[in-house]
Amino acid sequence: MSIIEIKNVTKTFDANKSSVHALSDVSLSVEEGEIFGVIGLSGAGKSTLVRCMNLLEKPTGGEVWVDGKNLMSLSEKELRLMRREIGMIFQHFNLLMQRNVLDNVCFPMEIAGVKKREAREKAMNYLKIVGLEEKAKAYPVQLSGGQKQRVAIARTLASNPRIILCDEATSALDPQTTGTILALLKQINKDYGITVVVITHEMRVVEEICDRVAVLNLGELAEIGPVEEVFRHPKSNAAKSLLLERKISQMGVNAADGI
Amino acid sequence: MPNLGIEVLFKGSNMARLLGGLWVSLRISLIAVGFSIGLGIPLGIVMTSKSPVIKVITRLYLEVVRIMPQMVLLFLVFFGTTRAFGWNLNAEVASVIVFSFWGCAEMADLVRGAFISIPKHQYESAKALGMNSFLVFSVIILPQTLRRLLPLSINLVTRMIKTTSLVMMIGVVEVLKVGQQIIEANRTSSPNAAFGVYGTVLLLYFIGCWPISMLSKYLEKKWNKS
Repeated sequence: MSIIEIKNVTKTFDANKSSVHALSDVSLSVEEGEIFGVIGLSGAGKSTLVRCMNLLEKPTGGEVWVDGKNLMSLSEKELRLMRREIGMIFQHFNLLMQRNVLDNVCFPMEIAGVKKREAREKAMNYLKIVGLEEKAKAYPVQLSGGQKQRVAIARTLASNPRIILCDEATSALDPQTTGTILALLKQINKDYGITVVVITHEMRVVEEICDRVAVLNLGELAEIGPVEEVFRHPKSNAAKSLLLERKISQMGVNAADGI
Repeated sequence: MPNLGIEVLFKGSNMARLLGGLWVSLRISLIAVGFSIGLGIPLGIVMTSKSPVIKVITRLYLEVVRIMPQMVLLFLVFFGTTRAFGWNLNAEVASVIVFSFWGCAEMADLVRGAFISIPKHQYESAKALGMNSFLVFSVIILPQTLRRLLPLSINLVTRMIKTTSLVMMIGVVEVLKVGQQIIEANRTSSPNAAFGVYGTVLLLYFIGCWPISMLSKYLEKKWNKS
């Protein structure tokens, strides 16, 4: 069953008389329990697409269905409840700097009205999942980028989501840390059956964890399919040029290793 | 050592008079600061509105305040209103009006700037956690805005305190005017009093502004600690 269905979604931004088509007529579906990648160069519309999945951006046209519900038909309150099922992590982590790690993870449960003791117990459990239970009393400034993203993931887990959207979640991290965060996402996907949608401009991220991938180019869906297939037989120019870029950067790494 | 004219300060009640003058300066500026914060913050929030009408009106207000020298505003309110509308405003009240009018505009612009400097992803991540608009504003946006606002608004407050030296032009006897009076009164007995008295006035302004700077430093440190 598809957990997310994007039907003919169009998004136009009005900017000083001219309008920008961030998305034009994009349709795709994400299956329950898979890790789905959306890749494209900057300006391809991938961030807009992922924001349409929890209606942080309202599409100008088309429909967004999540878990059998048409998001656009929900009331403000219903949408807020729905958003708790759709976790999201960001490039900038966005932790509350005044609160320690444990309280950050407790935060979504606080909003949802969970009792403090229960919230703390659960939060410790989520911190264990992301491997940060010994940092519960630390403040965000005392953590590295990778650790902060782990806290953000634990916080997302705290609202018991069915889906986690990752908007360039590893783009601010070094390659090694990226690897550990990706492994964590993969493990969460496997252990809890949470559907993961990953937005990235790095081929490597898609290669490492995604089951299927959609290639976006200038707001249009250029290609969609299982990762091996898209990587082995890219049909669109956008996919080809992304692959080429990946090869060149690998060659760069290999050449550097050779020296 | 040249005669710096410090001895004048210890004659009669001169020091007490200077301190009284300082109190007048601080009273005017602090009341005006109160109004500026109280009215400037809501106005700043209004200024983030996208409505073109609100934008034009607030912009116009801000530009008027920026372009008009404070002295002209003081004259306009103190003398102008008496002529035009027959209001007999007390000089201190006129000063408070002018300083509030000025401070409110600048404060609102600072608030507006602080609000729009909060990155969009802060709103987005808060909403993605399922928070309603009130929570997003009060828990996420407002605290960050206040922290960015603090150093800028302290700067405004100290500027307002310093600029109160202009109010003597409409007859308010504040610290600078008291200093002048003391120098005038002792012209023959200590002709060098100017240095000592004005130096003391400078020191008094420093004493007025420094605790405010210290408070801001303390708050900044406290807020950045965690």
